[in-house]
Order: sequence, then C-alpha cells, then structure tokens
Amino acid sequence: MPHGTTVLGLKYADGIVMAGDRRATAGYTIADDKMRKVFAADDYSAIAIAGAAGMAVDMVKLFQLELEHYEKLTGDRLSLEGKANRLAQMIRSNFPLAMQGLVVVPLFGGYDERRAEGRLFYYDATGGRWEEDDYQSTGSGSQPAKNSLKKRWRPGLDREAALRGAVEALLDASEDDVATGGPNPVRHIYPIVLTVTASGADEMDESEVAAAVDLVLEERR
Amino acid sequence: MSFMPYVAPEQMMKDRSEYAHKGIARGRSVIGLEIADGLLFIAENPSATLHKISEIYDKIAFAGVGKYSEFEDLRIAGLRHADMRGYSYGREDVKARDLANAYSQALSTIFTQQMKPYEVEILVGEVDGDSEGTVLYHILFDGSVTDEHGFVAIGGHAEDLTDTLKDRYHEGWDLGTAVKQAVEVLASPDSRTIDVDTIEAGVLDRSRPQRRKFRRLADEEIAGFLSA
Repeated sequence: MPHGTTVLGLKYADGIVMAGDRRATAGYTIADDKMRKVFAADDYSAIAIAGAAGMAVDMVKLFQLELEHYEKLTGDRLSLEGKANRLAQMIRSNFPLAMQGLVVVPLFGGYDERRAEGRLFYYDATGGRWEEDDYQSTGSGSQPAKNSLKKRWRPGLDREAALRGAVEALLDASEDDVATGGPNPVRHIYPIVLTVTASGADEMDESEVAAAVDLVLEERR
Repeated sequence: MSFMPYVAPEQMMKDRSEYAHKGIARGRSVIGLEIADGLLFIAENPSATLHKISEIYDKIAFAGVGKYSEFEDLRIAGLRHADMRGYSYGREDVKARDLANAYSQALSTIFTQQMKPYEVEILVGEVDGDSEGTVLYHILFDGSVTDEHGFVAIGGHAEDLTDTLKDRYHEGWDLGTAVKQAVEVLASPDSRTIDVDTIEAGVLDRSRPQRRKFRRLADEEIAGFLSA
C-alpha cells in the first residue's frame, strides 16, 4: 500500500509556503515517483499530506468538497480556524483506521483574511490540532527537514528565500530518509510548491522550483 | 372522523395552479440572457444577502423567484445533488439537465401531493465549451420544464418583460450591453428607475480561466456598465 512521505510548511512575509516531495513508497518499493501531496484546499488555503496515500488523497478530496459546499451554501468562506477544525474532525473520524496502520497526518495552512496573515496548523493521528508559529513538517523525512528549516528559517523571509528554504529542506530530507524522493532533473521531477497569500493559493511553476533546486545544488558542489 | 368533500381533480389542479401563480406574480422578476461569453442572470433584489441568483457548480447557476424560503430550499437541494454527484463520479458528470430533471420531479411531487404547491419558478443555466453548450432551463411550480433559448423572464412581470425582450434582444451581446439592456427591461413595466444597489447580477462566464465559471457582479461593476 503506497505511503506518502515528506511534506512541509513555513510562514513567510506574504503568507505561507507548502511543499512536498514526490515519492510514495510501498515497503522497499517506490510506488510512485511523481505523486502530488500538496493541494489547494480552496482559494485561500492549502493542505499537504503524509501517510497512507489512498486514504489521504480521499480525505483531501472530501475536505475540498466540504469547503466549496459550505461556501456555496452560505455565500461565505469558512474562517481559516473553522477549516482547520473541520480537518481535525475528519482526521479523528479516521482514528480506528489509523490504529490499524492507515495513518493520515496532514499539514494545513492558509491566509487568514480576517487577521490578514498566513497561518499554519499541524495534526496528529487522533485529530489533535496545533497552530505553528514558524515552520513544520510531517512524514518519514520530517526530522531532517525540520533540522534543515531550523537553520534557514527567519521571520519575514521573502518569497525567494522561503522557496529556497523549502526545497533545501526537502533535499536534506531525501539525503537522510530513503522514503523521501530527491529532485530528479533528468526526469523533470521536482517538489510541488504552493504559496497562499492575500491574493490566494498559487502553485509555483516547475521552472521556478527547478531554478531554486539548481541554486541549492550548485552551492553544494 | 372527518370526511373530505369530493373535489374534482381538474378543479384541484386549477386551484393550486392559481394559488401558485398569484404568489409568484406578487414578487419581482429575474431575467436570464445568453450573452457572448455565457449566461447572465439579473434581478431586482432589495436584499444584498438573500440572493435570488447563485452558483450551483462549476458551470451551473441557479435563479429563483417567488417565495424565498421555497426557492432557497430548492437551491440547497440542488447544491447537494450537484456536489454529491461530482464527488461520487467526476466533476464533468454534473449536468444542468440532470439537475433540471430532479427539480422537475421534486416540484411535480410537491404540486400534486402536498397541501400547498411551491410558489416558485426557477432557472437552471449551464455553460459548457462553446456557445453550443449553453443551456437554460425554466422550471415551473408544477414541475413542467422548458428549454429556453436566448432570453427568458420569470416572476412578477414575466409576460411584459418577455414582450420587451423579444423586441430588444440580440445574440452576442457583451456583458456590459446585456446588463444595461436588462436593467432597462426590468424597469420598463412601470417605467421607473432602479437603484444600482438593488440590482443583483451573476454571470456564468466561460472565458474565465478558473474551474468555477460563476461570478457575482459587484455594485461598482454594474454601476460602471450602466453609466457607460
């Protein structure tokens, strides 16, 4: 059964960045090397998933549906707090399956239109929900990714520095964790990176991510 | 034990139909127009929050006239139907025709089996691909459905508005022209002026790059079109 591996999120000057590697593993096999684990949840939030891939992707689909349904039903978007809480309930309802090994632990973040700032939330398998002030990572490579971000992250990073920090942390994770996929320029496999700012959720072009990856690699040569 | 007096089915249907008609005639109207980039729904609505026009799905919009609580009920049912279908199957499997059929079934059941019929008329519109893919369904309180082309008016002054639209309507209006013309038509039955704040308009714009093609027009945008 495929498992998604490392995803991370960090705050920066304009909002938040969410990024994830592309690998899914099933035991010692690479199940998928181009998996998407970072998604826009709606126009102003994003969700990144690690864990049992099938369950996780379905949870994302249902979560996206619920946010859109609520928005159309009431004519108002849920508050970011409301979205984060709803996701916690969905994770909790998955708890019996999590006990059998089908754990789904997402990161959630977005732009809080009322507070006019980016916010980041992380979860555990029981539906526990915590707000993060600077950066967070989940999945098998989360420890090396967090160690990497610890060195790079500063309050108020600009977009370029935030992107660089994100891809560097994923690169570090891929070097220390077998289940995390590194960038592969030959096959055009790069992390998926999403930003959420006052102007909405936006996926970075592959070329922009590739340039940031090249920069990090060049420095280490 | 009480006995209901015998009422001929013809009479019963006639009474219900009259009742529903009266309820709808009291309210204001909605106009639906096929325009160059899709479909425009426009209405006079003093409330800025109790909408007559709304989004149902990516390419589908809804408009209702008559009793608010009743068409709101239908809107919510339609929203559930569309979102459930899109989740169970695929987003492109959500079609206005299915929705119109579901509404027709529901309204027809209510009309024949409940104490009182719904005092509503609704429009379901969809844009898909090019102008060939544009559909506009008009569903009456008794469940009858008509497939409209070009323009349609429902609600209080529907007949007068339709007559005026017949003379004025041209295919391929851009959004600005359509809004301006529609507002003039809405104001025509008793030749008054309509305040911009009380105009509600939504458009299914197939030129939008986003997945969700529906957008509500802001008061400033409408004012801009009217003064142009």
